[in-house]
Amino acid sequence: MPDLIQFRDVAYGVNGRTLLGSVSFSVAEGERLVLLGRSGAGKTTALRLINALLLPTAGEVLVAGRSTRDWNPVRLRRRIGYVIQEIGLFPHMSVERNVGLVPRLERWPAARIRERVGELLRLVGLAPGEFAHRLPHQLSGGQRQRVGVARALAADPPMLLCDEPFGAVDPLARQELQIEFRSLTERLGKTVVFVTHDVREALALASRIALLDRGKLVFVGTVDQFNATSDARVAALRELL
Amino acid sequence: MKFFDYVLLNRAELLSSTFEHIGLVAVSSGLAIAVGVPAGIVLTRRPGLRAPVLGFANVVQTIPSLALFGFLIPLPFIGGIGARTAIVALVLYGLLPLIRNTYAGITSVDPAVREAAHGMGMTDAQVLWLVELRLAAPVILAGIRISVVLGVGIGTIAAAIGGGGLGEFIFRGVAMVNSVVILAGAVPAALLALIADGGLHLLERRLDWRR
Repeated sequence: MPDLIQFRDVAYGVNGRTLLGSVSFSVAEGERLVLLGRSGAGKTTALRLINALLLPTAGEVLVAGRSTRDWNPVRLRRRIGYVIQEIGLFPHMSVERNVGLVPRLERWPAARIRERVGELLRLVGLAPGEFAHRLPHQLSGGQRQRVGVARALAADPPMLLCDEPFGAVDPLARQELQIEFRSLTERLGKTVVFVTHDVREALALASRIALLDRGKLVFVGTVDQFNATSDARVAALRELL
Repeated sequence: MKFFDYVLLNRAELLSSTFEHIGLVAVSSGLAIAVGVPAGIVLTRRPGLRAPVLGFANVVQTIPSLALFGFLIPLPFIGGIGARTAIVALVLYGLLPLIRNTYAGITSVDPAVREAAHGMGMTDAQVLWLVELRLAAPVILAGIRISVVLGVGIGTIAAAIGGGGLGEFIFRGVAMVNSVVILAGAVPAALLALIADGGLHLLERRLDWRR
């Protein structure tokens, strides 16, 4: 499988503070890489370097073989689904309009957008008849998250970036969402980069795990390698389980 | 019943003054919105301009209105006696609530929402039109409402520099020490302010996405 995302000695700093220092790793097509670490470890920074919300101060990030500096950021982002914590839904738009947003920006015909929205809502387990016209504040936390995932999948992007998307959901709904998210992205063959500080969540979702600590990459490997390694920092995390 | 007799007797002049007043406020509010709202948007993009621009608008507000009208008279192009000068003064007065509310409305949009909008591949213009301005609309409209109501009130001073409007009756009444004549100007002005306030408030509620 070719690498869809590649970090080459990537560093990012702002005002002389280094948030991410010389990080290299790659994500193959169809892989689910979880970026794991405490808050402030640089996970979100790494994620935002992929869709060019940030540009590296050193090194380069390649997406589909091209540096994010050379991509038109708008074109790049429309090929990448982006899910952040629940508030990322547009509060003034109905579920239908939230989910259909990128297709609308891409000027799909209205009938096709409606069809696609229905299909996506069913895919994430929400009955379109019941939910399409609700506003985000009329949904539960878990439902909002499902809408967020549906919205990210709307234009059928080959990859998804997720920044602690299930962080604000109660534990039961959270587990359910994790299981569904995993099987959904597996079935659709999406490449996923998922940020979390929750080891349990990382193990539930990942095909590979990258552990970040204070801006440095301290471990990258499959879930089996993560479970087997004698690396002290990984072992410390395992003990939390 | 002296008030009603007076109003009835002078209804033609009163009506034309009322329309003059509405015209003054409509033109000056339109210009103030055309300047103030874009200025507020620019401030959200250029934070360095915030202090000087808001400072200027603030200072204008502190100038006593009669004095501001007076200051403008000797100025070339925008000054002189008449409605044009009055409109310039009213525009200047109306700016502060517009700039401030536009700025506050946009900056109060949840950063997560803005991040999601950019992350989904909206252009800067799309983020502004489809997200920021839509979410800020109730706050911006509240600014427009304050600005218009302010304009209706201060507009009565336009008569002092020959700008016309309902102030004609107020100044005439003051000169005659006749409260009936003052009321003939003040009551319609107050009614105009109430109508503008109520109408814009209704619009504000309709644009409120929280409903």
